[in-house]
Amino acid sequence: MSSLLVGGYLAGDTWLHRLPPGLKLLASAAFGVAVVLLRSMTAGLGLLALALALAVVARLPVGVLLRAARGILLLAVLLSAIQGWLDGWQKAVETLADLLALVLLGVVLTSTTSVNALLDTLVAAMRPLRRVGVDPERVALTFAMAIQSLPATVALAVETRDAARARGIRHPRAYLTPFVVRVVARAHETGAALHARGIGED
Amino acid sequence: MPLIRLDEAAVVVPGTTGGGDRVLLHPTSLTLSEHRIAIIGANGSGKSTLARLLNGLVTPTTGRVRVGDLDVARDGAAVRRTVAFCFTDPAAQLVMPTCVEDVELSLRRRIRDKAARREHAVAVLDRFGLAAHADQSVHTLSGGQRQLLALAGVLATEPAVVVADEPTTLLDLANSRRVGETLLGLTQQLVLVTHDLDLAARCERALVVAEGRVVFDGPAPAAVEEYVASVTR
Repeated sequence: MSSLLVGGYLAGDTWLHRLPPGLKLLASAAFGVAVVLLRSMTAGLGLLALALALAVVARLPVGVLLRAARGILLLAVLLSAIQGWLDGWQKAVETLADLLALVLLGVVLTSTTSVNALLDTLVAAMRPLRRVGVDPERVALTFAMAIQSLPATVALAVETRDAARARGIRHPRAYLTPFVVRVVARAHETGAALHARGIGED
Repeated sequence: MPLIRLDEAAVVVPGTTGGGDRVLLHPTSLTLSEHRIAIIGANGSGKSTLARLLNGLVTPTTGRVRVGDLDVARDGAAVRRTVAFCFTDPAAQLVMPTCVEDVELSLRRRIRDKAARREHAVAVLDRFGLAAHADQSVHTLSGGQRQLLALAGVLATEPAVVVADEPTTLLDLANSRRVGETLLGLTQQLVLVTHDLDLAARCERALVVAEGRVVFDGPAPAAVEEYVASVTR
């Protein structure tokens, strides 16, 4: 559950791993734009095939791909069912293929690129903004923490829900309230830890 | 080693709903010069507040805390480069996805070159027996490994003092021994807040804290005896 959405870096030595992170980011953005602009079933399936091919080239374990696909599957199937009902089955297939292609490409990007490499790229790209008062290091750290806090927050949600269940409480308020309190408490702790490591103060 | 000095340092927080102010730590004066110092005492006695004063995570409401020539309240950032802090729950302080990346985060300021930074980070991990897990997700580590990683991240910046707040409380016996041995084996000055009395007894000096005051200050074995007696009394 903690690997939800954020696949995490898988060390490897394929050419996708070695590709400069900046190029990978730009290519991913272009891929996303293509998914939105190319409106046909064949294009959707083609892009899905491309994403799958990249996953194979990156030698990603099937389990990682399946887990990522499962995360979006329910939503994707629901959406394509609505599309199918409104615009016919070809639209439904296209929607499903588009969403899966985007998720797979995201997994390929995050699995072949370490977060630090992405951060370095972001810092380099934002360097010109230093003149207008943006601190690239700080922005990069914010990105990293946003990425990292996702699985941690999911873990907290599962823990809180289990705790409520163990006491036989089913009312949403009984687990939502402690969940929010714990997320805020965790944020405070993380802030103190960053503070203690002297990160972000210059 | 910079000398840590508390000069009548006290911490008072405003009370909730109508109650008066709450005193977390009464005015306390201490000079911490020993290599290994333990802080023991009951839950909520003020141990953590005292520990957090030492690197400016908490600033005294009255009095002063100094590390060498630095004032903790005024030169917070500089103090935190000298005095590292290790928390009870490593989950809160590991902010990056993989082990080596978390250590690299500590080194970003000091080592600008990426390759050199990574090499140094792996060397730090190796010191803590974690080199084999360098590219592994921090979520796949055991509790003990996670605490060692948190310690590695903190020590990567080569601080002069390490303050650890109950670093072994969440760990099983084998892991708490391992973390304990690692901490006691550090060349840095160590201030160790702990409920592990065997570990505390192995320090040179120990402070017993009760109700916001240091009630005993002396050789660690005597302090542990005093603390145990105060509970059974």
